[in-house]
Amino acid sequence: MSGALLRVRDLTVSVGRGERRYVAVRDVGFEVPAGGSLGVVGESGSGKSLTLRALMALLPRGVRAERGVVELAGEALPFTGPGARRARRGRLAMVFQDPLSGLDPVYTVGTQVAEVPRRVLGASAAASRRRAVELLRLVGMPDPERRAHAFPHQLSGGMRQRVLIAMALASEPKVLLCDEPTTALDVTVQAQVLELLDDLRRRLGVAVVFVSHDLAVVRQVADELAVMYTGRVVETGRANEVLGHPAHPYTLGLMEAVVDLDDTAHAPQAIPGALPDLAHVPSGCPFHPRCRFASDDCALSDPGFRYLGGGGSDRGTACKYPERVMAG
Amino acid sequence: MLRYAARRVAAAVLVVFGVTLATFLLMHLEPGDPARAVLGIHATPSAVAALRREWGLSSSLPAQLGHFLSQLVRGDLGQSYIYGVSVSSLIGARIGETAALVAVATAFAVIITVPLSALAASRQNGWADHVVRAVSVVGLALPAFWFGIVLIEVFAVHLHLVPVGGAGSGLGGHLEALVLPGLTASFAMAPILVRSLRVGMLEVMDADFIAVARAKGLGDTRVLFAHVARNALVPTVTLLGLNIAYLIGSTVIVEQVFNLNGLGSLLLSSILNRDFPVVQAITLVLGTAVVFLNLATDLFAARLDPRIRLR
Amino acid sequence: MTTLVEPQGPPPLAEGGRRPRHILLQRARRSPTLIIGAAISLTLVLVALLAPLISPYSPDHQDLYNILSGFSSKHLFGTDELGRDELSRLIWATRTDLRVGFLAVIFPFCFGSVVGTLAGYRGGWLDTVVMRAVDVLIAFPFYVLVIALIFVVGTGTTGIYVAFAVVDWVVYARAVRSTTLVVRESDYVAAARTGGLPDSRILLRHVLPNTITQAVVYLTNDVVLVIVAVVTLGYLGLGVQPPTPDWGTMISDGQEFLTTYWALSTLPGIAVLVTGLGLSLLGDGLADVLRPQ
Repeated sequence: MSGALLRVRDLTVSVGRGERRYVAVRDVGFEVPAGGSLGVVGESGSGKSLTLRALMALLPRGVRAERGVVELAGEALPFTGPGARRARRGRLAMVFQDPLSGLDPVYTVGTQVAEVPRRVLGASAAASRRRAVELLRLVGMPDPERRAHAFPHQLSGGMRQRVLIAMALASEPKVLLCDEPTTALDVTVQAQVLELLDDLRRRLGVAVVFVSHDLAVVRQVADELAVMYTGRVVETGRANEVLGHPAHPYTLGLMEAVVDLDDTAHAPQAIPGALPDLAHVPSGCPFHPRCRFASDDCALSDPGFRYLGGGGSDRGTACKYPERVMAG
Repeated sequence: MLRYAARRVAAAVLVVFGVTLATFLLMHLEPGDPARAVLGIHATPSAVAALRREWGLSSSLPAQLGHFLSQLVRGDLGQSYIYGVSVSSLIGARIGETAALVAVATAFAVIITVPLSALAASRQNGWADHVVRAVSVVGLALPAFWFGIVLIEVFAVHLHLVPVGGAGSGLGGHLEALVLPGLTASFAMAPILVRSLRVGMLEVMDADFIAVARAKGLGDTRVLFAHVARNALVPTVTLLGLNIAYLIGSTVIVEQVFNLNGLGSLLLSSILNRDFPVVQAITLVLGTAVVFLNLATDLFAARLDPRIRLR
Repeated sequence: MTTLVEPQGPPPLAEGGRRPRHILLQRARRSPTLIIGAAISLTLVLVALLAPLISPYSPDHQDLYNILSGFSSKHLFGTDELGRDELSRLIWATRTDLRVGFLAVIFPFCFGSVVGTLAGYRGGWLDTVVMRAVDVLIAFPFYVLVIALIFVVGTGTTGIYVAFAVVDWVVYARAVRSTTLVVRESDYVAAARTGGLPDSRILLRHVLPNTITQAVVYLTNDVVLVIVAVVTLGYLGLGVQPPTPDWGTMISDGQEFLTTYWALSTLPGIAVLVTGLGLSLLGDGLADVLRPQ
């Protein structure tokens, strides 16, 4: 789709040592328009975090991007080599999951935020300090001049998360990748952080990719959704469409598993079966053993991913028989 | 920070007092009579008694303790039985040598530990890592004095690179003479420190905030030094402090091997000569030095890691 | 050890009780460190035990026609300045030093572990007293204190045993105490206490199995350091007294002959090194196997 700021295609990541490698992320693709927000949903182990890390060229030891294309405003970004991180400066930034372990315990938060303008962008020490305070104010930290001198262990979880967001924004990225930024927080604080992200998106025009296993959370933030299962994208589309009329049995299963306090007629139902492990992904469509709409041919061949409908919508599904799912 | 420092200093003073007391008791438990030892077996009982009175040995133990403490407070460490001069002057003449040896040994320990640990950690499970770990294990089993002898054999006797023993003259000669002894003494601590720093660095390298630092766009060198090393240093600095006692103790041995005129060799000879006051004073001085060096490293560690100040 | 302080924190806990024996044996077989360490250590112990049988000469036998001779078929490692066969002396010294080393750690291990467990479990004034004592003892440079104690007690093996008894127990006490503190807070101990089990039973059944493992790991490391210390004291003339052969005295005796016959000082040192290596590897291997996975 034209006009997309961030475009990802055929991203495949493998995990393993030496000869034995498992595919953790397979042929993942999605698009995010400038200033847009994409939610990536999936259970733990669906490969969503690894996808983000691959986008940032931050894969841990033993994990490798086998292939794929990541384009920002049309320019391809390399996955490895020294140019990889330089290419992402000012373009992509990431907000990590656990704010306590994400901050260096021996430096003040102000120093850590200021490190970006100072070391990465080459600003002077004084200018970097000013910028750090500005950024802390931007993310809604009260009394930022004083708080800048605090150490991470002296701040609450919500404050720390704001610091992580400030650090990510310091390089003035076009896209902010968020890896479960609210998972480690209380519900009330969660709401504040989500509001902040939304607010920043509107004010700064930065696009947000938000990864989470929590449907309820993603619902609040995302305009677009991508659902992931065993390392693949199984459904994409506008959030209310995907959630309102799922085109993939897994998405439907997720919706049915959620407790809806307003809907007393329907009790939540777990998806039958269990998540397969990386080494034993079922043949054909990986979801078929747990799917109530499956036919015999679902086990035989991988359905691949296709886009449904026209009119510029990026509604897509990996199910061969989406019409069965939509019928309910 | 100030409150933490004050607490630690107070604790240190208490420990020094304990050390003083223990040293005193130890000395006075010794069987045998120093006065008789000095005067010889043919000494008359009255001569021995007179000397004992002069040395204050005839009064009761509590009285002796009181006398010792009151002298101590005034900075008087007593008189040597053997040399007849004030213990303070004896110590003063030799403390420089021991202090220099400890300083050189610590410097060597740091110079050996940091690069080796960084190398092993950055190439985990590579051959460099295995070599470093093997050397650590061997180092722990190495008797320091024997290592010193081997070093002398190789570098001084055969290669003539450094002098065989003695103190050397002038600053240059002095330092040269301290190279082998310093190296020997540092080997007492280096294996433990290398193990600790290597493990520390590996743990820190896997931490989330390192990934965050990289994500921010920081270069690898900056990440390694400002973040990985800075965090990994803290437990190792604490460990260094804890092992200073061992280092100071091993100077006793090292000074023997290399014939240096420090407190260690004086201590040894005083023990063999039953020179009470000297033994007592040196033990006290070394014990106090340990306590305060420990304190210094603890405070340094607290300066590095703000979380320590909470405890 | 008051000498070298290892940076070990309390290990993760196993559930109360022991792990099945066969799992331990399985892990043991797979650990090269443990196997090599055990092999070396066992060989040394055998040498020590069989010394009277395998030593070619008596360690005191002086062949005055053959002083300071080099390697020869008659004397495999040559002779020392009194004509005594070096190989025989090395073998007998193994016996001496291993014996003294092993005996010297028994009291510190037992006393330290018991005191550490009680201090950690009971807390209160006992704990404070113990920890203050530990602090003061640790403040003394190790060799200074040992030498001073030997000064009081006298040289020779008695002096060594007493000196180590006084000085060495502190490491065990500290390590065991921190493990005990962790174990005391664990769920199953809390359950046992509320259940009304008497303290002695809790200590025996639940606390001890966990803490003893940590103490044993320290023991294997400590033995190495104690043996090195015994040898060092021998070198200084304060340890095992002649004519009993001991690596330390052998090194000291040989030092003046460094230029003429270097093996006299070097070989005993290598013996110490090998011993230390074997025991260290054994200790590391044991630690790996016993660590709750």
